Amino acid sequence: MEQVAAHAQVQVKEQHQQHPIRLYLVVWGFLFVLSACSYLVDYVGLQGYLRWFLILLFMILKAGLIVAVFMHMAWERLALVYAILLPPLLVLVFVAMMVSESNYTIFTRMAFSGGAQ
Amino acid sequence: MAQSVQTHTGETLEHPLGLRGVVADISSDQRAFKNVSWGKAMMWIFLLSDTFIFGCFLLAYMTARMSTPVPWPNPSEVFALTIGGQEIPLILIAIMTFILISSSGTMAMAVNFGYRRDRRTTAALMLLTAVLGASFVGMQAFEWSKLISEGVRPWENPWGAAQFGSSFFMITGFHGTHVSIGVLFLLIVARKVWRGDFDTERRGFFTSRRGNYEIVEIMGLYWHFVDLVWVFIFAFFYLW
Repeated sequence: MEQVAAHAQVQVKEQHQQHPIRLYLVVWGFLFVLSACSYLVDYVGLQGYLRWFLILLFMILKAGLIVAVFMHMAWERLALVYAILLPPLLVLVFVAMMVSESNYTIFTRMAFSGGAQ
Repeated sequence: MAQSVQTHTGETLEHPLGLRGVVADISSDQRAFKNVSWGKAMMWIFLLSDTFIFGCFLLAYMTARMSTPVPWPNPSEVFALTIGGQEIPLILIAIMTFILISSSGTMAMAVNFGYRRDRRTTAALMLLTAVLGASFVGMQAFEWSKLISEGVRPWENPWGAAQFGSSFFMITGFHGTHVSIGVLFLLIVARKVWRGDFDTERRGFFTSRRGNYEIVEIMGLYWHFVDLVWVFIFAFFYLW
């Protein structure tokens, strides 16, 4: 019985994440540069679509680096990757719903409340 | 009891890769996440649920900002600091961002040294991470008191839409709480690493089970997540 249990333990042995330190330092450097870039967007005072595009671009790149390398998602099996990364995409559906709702709310405020709420 | 003896099924089955792997893992009769421990899988699932919490906060903020006809206060000016007689936009937030990213870097290295069973370096890096996290919370406290003294309240502020205050306190408050809990979590795990619990396989206080260095990685997942949330808050709340 003991032996059988011990063998079961061996069967489900996990693999550890082991990568060179240099990789983390490089990603750290990239994150610094990307943060500096997104700060510069504000410092330089870019406006309009260019500003929004750059903010989103730097945000997605930073988030991607953190999740992929620091959180080791790049080396996990796809079953875990999909289980964790796909559900948050559904938030985008919620975003679309709330954008439509906000447009309706501001329309009623402008039309019926004199636009001062 | 006699019936519950585990059967030995021979060699471990091969794990296919790609989409076939996803189907095989999820449809398998044992566990869906093949090579991660339950601790790591549960931390990921917790982080997924936390993603929805912060997602909803940011969505509420978006809805408030899009649906008000009153102009939104300009965060670039609201969060400016006067240093040496010069007004620098958003500087405190930029410093906080760099501090949190640095703490993520030291945490990633702590995980690495943990698996090399270098307990002193691991504990030192975790302590450094905790110090950086604590200084982040300190700066946030400074930012809060500055805004409160300028008259920002959840129901009003001197510059524009009233919802600015409620969104700000809600979002940064929850994030700051996450950082603070993370600092405590870091200190607890760092103490265990320093004491050599994972080398001597000392049994845990609550669970009475032997721990191992994987807890450093699980702790790291939480810490990186806090940094990840800040990336989104920085982009949507402070820069937009």
